[in-house]
Amino acid sequence: MKVWFYRLGSPKWFYDIAGRCLPWLAWSALLLIAIGTVWGLVFAPADYQQGNSFRIMYIHVPTAFLAQSCYLMMAVAAVISLVWKMKLCDLVIVAAAPLGAAFTFLALFTGAVWGKPTWGTWWVWDARLTAMLILLFLYFGVIALQHAIQDKVASARATAVLILVGVVNIPIIKYSVEWWNTLHQPPSFKLTEKPAMPSEMWLPLLVMVLGFYCFFAAVLFMRTRNEILDRERRTKWVRELVQKVSSR
Amino acid sequence: MKAHRKQRLFIVLFIVAGVSIAVSLALFALSENINLFYNPSQIAAGEAPQGQRIRAGGMVVDGSVKRDQQTLEVLFEITDYQASIPISYTGILPDLFREGQGIVALGRINEQGVLIAEEVLAKHDENYMPPEVAEALQKAEAAGKAHFKPTAADSAVVTQEP
Repeated sequence: MKVWFYRLGSPKWFYDIAGRCLPWLAWSALLLIAIGTVWGLVFAPADYQQGNSFRIMYIHVPTAFLAQSCYLMMAVAAVISLVWKMKLCDLVIVAAAPLGAAFTFLALFTGAVWGKPTWGTWWVWDARLTAMLILLFLYFGVIALQHAIQDKVASARATAVLILVGVVNIPIIKYSVEWWNTLHQPPSFKLTEKPAMPSEMWLPLLVMVLGFYCFFAAVLFMRTRNEILDRERRTKWVRELVQKVSSR
Repeated sequence: MKAHRKQRLFIVLFIVAGVSIAVSLALFALSENINLFYNPSQIAAGEAPQGQRIRAGGMVVDGSVKRDQQTLEVLFEITDYQASIPISYTGILPDLFREGQGIVALGRINEQGVLIAEEVLAKHDENYMPPEVAEALQKAEAAGKAHFKPTAADSAVVTQEP
């Protein structure tokens, strides 16, 4: 366990493993998203009240899940980075923040597009929507802080503290629809209960969610590998790698 | 774990716990303001501020929707099954507006106790189902075979039948 933990901290080891996982992740992401899109947009039945406009949830729900999961992952990485000073975690945070911001933006955008025909408004300042907007600003803050400080170690430490301060927002997003009166509906999926929709509606959604997670992992690995090469460019193994590629 | 790491871990936990407590206290103090709307029973109990623009949310009472023949004015009542409040609105209602549907209306309450709405939003619930299932449920309910509301668990049962 301890050996595994320290090996994971080695950028070279992660670079190799991530490179080997990449094709698998990329292909399963492509396959799952293709299946989920066709299934959800063509074969799933329309909703009895919303008609076809409910189908936007096949993008909205996976992006909203990922926006929060990505932040939680960054928070775990921030703890490891602060306590164990693992350089790899800093690189993962740098790679993940723009992805999380993009997913948060997509969740907000698709929600607004769905809200106009369903609720009658693009935006309303209810607890769920506002908390999600705060998450977007947290991502922007993390990205800005990373670029504001030149020294890599100091920048990583400041970013990790900001991420930990913001992590309190995640349970607020999750439970906002239960704690307060909101326009946003309560969750259709709970771990302990049956989904509030028939299986021919939620199965394609499950496929989409899995596909988006694979896509996120694939892009995160690619970006982290780039960060590793950039940060380790003076080390022996990166120079050898570059020579091998350029001599080919 | 080495001592300096343990110390750093405690600092991290302290930051997270401290921020969580501070934020939850602030949210608890603000809880009334974070709610998007007042329930009809809260308005009946006088919890909503008088003479100000407020949002009221609840279910549209079955059979209460009256449309004016000449203008776009609509009169209806919303309820939370404990109290109800009449609402008057002039304008185009959202597509999902119907009797039995949850809505949120923004406006002022006049001397007669009617909320003059400037904006009506439809609130969607967490249940989704195909139209055939909803129809089958309605028929079953109308025939008096079953006394259930179309909830998720029931629609799952219905879809399993051939």
